[in-house]
Amino acid sequence: MSEVFASPRGLIVGGLFIVLLIALIWAIVYGRKLARTEVTDLVFGNPQKALGGWHWVISGVSAILIFWLYFSWDAARAFFPNVANELCQVAKVESAVVPMRSAFPFESRLLRGTSLLSRDSTQIAQIRGRISNLDLEAEQVGSIEPLLDRLGALQVSLASPDSMAPETAAALDGIAARINELADQLDSGELSAEQVAAIATAREVDPGWGNTNKEIPIDPITERGARYAAVAAPLLEVSKEYTSIRNNSPAFLDEVAAIDADIKALIASTDSESVAQIGKDLTKVLKRIDDAVIFPPSALQPVEYALANLHEVHRDQQGSLRLIDAIALPGGRIVAGKTACTEQGSGRWLPKPSDTIRKFVGLADPTRGYKGHALLWYKQKTLAEMAGFFIPDWIADLVPGEYPRHNEAGEIGQNLKSKILNIATGNFASPSVPIPTGHIWDSMMRVLTGLFFGIVLGVPLGLFMGLSRFAKGFFDPLIELYRPVPPLAWAPLILTIFGIQDDGKIFLLFMVAFAIMVISARTGATGTQLSKIHASHSLGASRWQILRNVILPNSLPEILTGIRISIGVCWGTLVAAEMLAGTTGIGFVENVARKQNDYEIIWITIILLGLLGLLFDLVMRWVISRTIPWRGKG
Amino acid sequence: MSDLIADQVDMTFTMPSGEQVHALKDVSFTLKQGELLSVLGPSGCGKTTLLNLIAGFLRPTGGQFTLNDMEINGPGVERGMVFQQGALFEWLTVAENVDFGLRMKKANKAESARKVEEWLEIVGLQGFGNTPTYQLSGGMQQRVALARCLINDPDLILMDEPLGALDALTREKMQSLVLKIWKETGKTIMIITHSVEEALLLGERLFVMAPRPGRLHKEYHLPFAEWGLNQDLRDVKKHDDFGTVREEILTMIWDMEEEIMGKTA
Ligand SMILES: Nc1ncnc2c1ncn2[C@@H]1O[C@H](COP(=O)(O)OP(=O)(O)O)[C@@H](O)[C@H]1O
Ligand SMILES: [Mg+2]
Repeated sequence: MSEVFASPRGLIVGGLFIVLLIALIWAIVYGRKLARTEVTDLVFGNPQKALGGWHWVISGVSAILIFWLYFSWDAARAFFPNVANELCQVAKVESAVVPMRSAFPFESRLLRGTSLLSRDSTQIAQIRGRISNLDLEAEQVGSIEPLLDRLGALQVSLASPDSMAPETAAALDGIAARINELADQLDSGELSAEQVAAIATAREVDPGWGNTNKEIPIDPITERGARYAAVAAPLLEVSKEYTSIRNNSPAFLDEVAAIDADIKALIASTDSESVAQIGKDLTKVLKRIDDAVIFPPSALQPVEYALANLHEVHRDQQGSLRLIDAIALPGGRIVAGKTACTEQGSGRWLPKPSDTIRKFVGLADPTRGYKGHALLWYKQKTLAEMAGFFIPDWIADLVPGEYPRHNEAGEIGQNLKSKILNIATGNFASPSVPIPTGHIWDSMMRVLTGLFFGIVLGVPLGLFMGLSRFAKGFFDPLIELYRPVPPLAWAPLILTIFGIQDDGKIFLLFMVAFAIMVISARTGATGTQLSKIHASHSLGASRWQILRNVILPNSLPEILTGIRISIGVCWGTLVAAEMLAGTTGIGFVENVARKQNDYEIIWITIILLGLLGLLFDLVMRWVISRTIPWRGKG
Repeated sequence: MSDLIADQVDMTFTMPSGEQVHALKDVSFTLKQGELLSVLGPSGCGKTTLLNLIAGFLRPTGGQFTLNDMEINGPGVERGMVFQQGALFEWLTVAENVDFGLRMKKANKAESARKVEEWLEIVGLQGFGNTPTYQLSGGMQQRVALARCLINDPDLILMDEPLGALDALTREKMQSLVLKIWKETGKTIMIITHSVEEALLLGERLFVMAPRPGRLHKEYHLPFAEWGLNQDLRDVKKHDDFGTVREEILTMIWDMEEEIMGKTA
């Protein structure tokens, strides 16, 4: 257990995991107890029963976090910081023997030779069948049939121990012996002094799972791992050697050459297209037999036994590692590559909470940010700069008179017109004020600006449409035609017209919000009780006063609900639009992270989007509860 | 001369389908200033239509109404309305609701506030000024509606089944309130009801209307409203005369209802 909380991060994550487990169990036990004691209401379906229940919130939150910590292997990393490295060494051994094991019926059904033999015989039989169907002259058949017979015989000769070259048999026995040797070495558990020293070095270079830029240290940092690593390299050599062994005795090679020559002669001598095709097919079969990887089963026996033995030792030596792998690393495994060991499965695509937080801290650092832009920070901007941005330059053109011209001395004087131009272009000295910036700010501003214009233009039009037959009829086709189009379908067009910077996105969001606001305002206006309108008329209100004091407040619930929906839809549209184009914004960050397979950042953007969406919604709920407490009570 | 004169008023609704509904036929009457008129009749006989015409929400298809020697053409502050459900503005407080008419006139704020206080007291709602209207009971809501209408000082007050949705106890209190207001302000009041007792209590004059087409069927001049000013309403109801007239009108309305049912069946 000493290694359990090796690092402070492990300590935190491990502690949190245990606390969450306790909280989850407590909440469930508490909830059940409460349910048993709360028997005053016997009726099922009473919505009152869904009120309260914060302990279930605790259990829900704990369950999510436990699930996350568990399936991202963060808990595993906290409790077993060395296990990934050890599994990496185990995986090295496994991948080293894969080429050998695949020739034997361990993971597959048949011995490799058996399946090759059956495949080639089937093909020879097929060609034989085609000849009888082809309506060939007896002479032609006479020249093909013997070739088929000889191919069959050649193949069969590979399966016979008698025709095998003695060197081949010796080579196979040698392989078996070396595998057994390595298995013994693994079993004995002995390590040389060098190997032990190498462990300490490796620990220094790569202190542990996820502690450096490398996902998993590739060199063994434990003795158990070192034992596996010690046999992995020689096993890889053995594997290579084994796959290069061919069952090709001199007699076999001679026969291959002879059959090849005869097939070529057959093809050369015929002008029948079908005979030439059969010749080509015969060559293909010959090429396959020529691979000579079919061995007599008896000759392979020692290798098979040796591999089985190695596998057993390999399994036994893992000991508790297998259990930990099964329990603590769910949903995936650790795989050894040529230069690195990697997590595969949920350990890979579900980022670990601790890594995510570490990355987030990096992103949140305004001096680093992401792609040269902070996540959320402020910068000093002069008032002049803002004036230059907001005041259109042509205002100066409207001032009567002419802009000053330079005089003979080359001096340029100032007049009112040029002074106003200076203000409009932001060309004056002014104090600076802090202005928020950053990806989050950019995204939020786009949504809020689009929403603002949507409300300012959509609500009056909606009210108008709710009250006037002309407005309803005239604008309805326009809105009903563009509204059902998914906003993103507009994006290519809008971004082309308005540019990929803020203008295009804001306009897109405006379109989204506008339609929703028009429809909600219209519904609100249509729903005004006639008696309220009558009452206000009798109380002497003018049309404008009725609109302002009766119809607008009466539509407020619908309008606010519309705003709430708009924010949600805008938020979704914005992120997608930012993924299409642009250089800032949360969607942009996620898109870049996606291209770089940076799952932690993808995860961070997802969480940020969720939290910001929630924030917007909470604000709206608060506004709604403050501004329309009468809702549903009128 | 602020009498209300109905001169051969005719109202025919044309439905979108082209079907015509003759809601009022040849209605003529004169309502003198300060009179208290109740209108009674079976459902669908055109009572609301009559009120909407006087309020100016509808234009008659024939004849005309004159108030203060001017033809009624559109809604106006001199004709206040009280609706069955109050039609209060639930986004405003009680005081703001009562103040609505003055605010539309852009009246002096301090003056208005004083008036609002006054009227809240008259209808028995002192101290409720800052309460949101949706927190009030039905009876209190109707009191607000009354105050909101009366603060504008209308010449004629039109009430469309103002007490219809109230429970019996509240209803009785409100009936006294209406009588009290009638007495103290001397306003002309026209009140529609489907309760015969209410019509007798709140009608110096009483019109019984008949349906298909809606018309004035019979007119009564009654003493009970006067009595109600000084007596307990329950004592008035116990009086023999009250019972006789009630029975007579009830029979009349039953006959009308039976006629309708017979026609439709
Ligand atoms: N706006 C309208 N359009 C068509 N018919 C109407 C309209 N208003 C009222 N009516 C018809 O006029 C008749 C009288 O209605 P109303 O005045 O509401 O009766 P009451 O108030 O006495 O119950 C009814 O038959 C009703 O269907
Ligand atoms: Mg009615």
